[in-house]
Amino acid sequence: MIKKVLIAKPGLDGHWRGAVVVSAALRDAGLEVIYLGNQTPEAIVQSGFQEDVEAIGLSILSAGHIELVEQVIEKMRQKGMEDVLLAVGGTVPPEDIPRLKEMGVHGVFPPGSKVEKIVEFFKQERN
Amino acid sequence: MTGIKRRQSVEELAAGVLAGSEPALARLISLVENQPAAMAKVLPLIQPHLGRAHCIGFTGPPGAGKSSLVNHVIRLIREEGRRVGVIAVDPSSPFSGGALLGDRIRMQGHYLDPGVFIRSMASREHGGGLSRATNDVVKLMDCFGLDYILVETVGVGQIELDIMHTTDTVVVVLVPEGGDGVQMMKAGLMEIGDIFVVNKSDRPGAGEIALQMQVVLQLNPRYAHNMPPILQTRSIDGSGAAELVQAIEQHRLGLNGTLLEARRKERRRVEFEQTLARLLIAEWKGFLASHPGAGARLQEVAEGHTDPYTAIREIFPRGIIYGG
Repeated sequence: MIKKVLIAKPGLDGHWRGAVVVSAALRDAGLEVIYLGNQTPEAIVQSGFQEDVEAIGLSILSAGHIELVEQVIEKMRQKGMEDVLLAVGGTVPPEDIPRLKEMGVHGVFPPGSKVEKIVEFFKQERN
Repeated sequence: MTGIKRRQSVEELAAGVLAGSEPALARLISLVENQPAAMAKVLPLIQPHLGRAHCIGFTGPPGAGKSSLVNHVIRLIREEGRRVGVIAVDPSSPFSGGALLGDRIRMQGHYLDPGVFIRSMASREHGGGLSRATNDVVKLMDCFGLDYILVETVGVGQIELDIMHTTDTVVVVLVPEGGDGVQMMKAGLMEIGDIFVVNKSDRPGAGEIALQMQVVLQLNPRYAHNMPPILQTRSIDGSGAAELVQAIEQHRLGLNGTLLEARRKERRRVEFEQTLARLLIAEWKGFLASHPGAGARLQEVAEGHTDPYTAIREIFPRGIIYGG
């Protein structure tokens, strides 16, 4: 079962509450959460790599999710982190959800997502 | 765990760490953290390569600014061209078992520096200020080839003193609100520092507390003729950090071969006893599973009919090591 995860905000969007609420909920569900705040995609991936996390959660409320996620996924590929679970939460319009999933995102949590569902996602069994 | 597609053996990962592979280090750290038995296989392989890195501990109460100070120390060490590892420990919840690892976020300038390896760890079920595997991770970073290893404890009170059994130099970080002279005289934290720091020194009372510390340390025979440095720093802008790094260097140089070896000998003795205690409990669990008599005794203790001393004497009449 997943134990160690990284939560970060790529780019400059300063809306921190969502990321903090999710981080606290994951901690209360028994996970070890590295909360990184705002960082570049490269810094997020390198941190996840050194910490050997099993999942990365990105919080993006800037409408830049496609570009930013592209960058994160590319960096993850370069570091051989394809088996790390990737989730994106924030202001993602419905039409972008399939596109993100095609790119390699495993879970998308648009506005209105329940915290319980997010926790369930991060607590999933890996094989 | 990452690397699910291509699982490397413990031996392969250890060889990778010795060869300086960062992915191997990241994965082996996870392995020893999650599987206590793994270190039994790893340690013989890396033992001949240990002892090169200088290990510095940073301890003190919650919110003293340890991570922010460590951030500056990393920068100054890097300016000298040395490579540095960081182990930052944060507390696990006794209720959920989870943790919020919020030390790395204070070290942002260093994420992309190839000469810096930062690892966050949750204390898990361990008391003492560190996690069970911290000592093991120090060893992995040592044989990986880092020059300095900085270990940051959780916010400690007065008696979580594991840091002195894990490091060569201990930096105790306090803040001006740390109490008065009587507080300073209490045993524990004020006895384990090689260097003492008053951080957030722009706050009122910084000078007074530094003075209290001086008076109290002078009363301690361990320090009376060899006073440790008492520094004032402001981690918000790094003022005093250069002096701190100088003091660390002085301490490292002053620890000549004999003194350093004496400290490390003591650490290895403590580590032996801790390992023995862990293995003993693990063996006991196996014993319990195959000896119903022992289980019955344990049940009597659980129900309050027998005390632990009597029960243990009955289960192991000839002593624990010589068997029941």
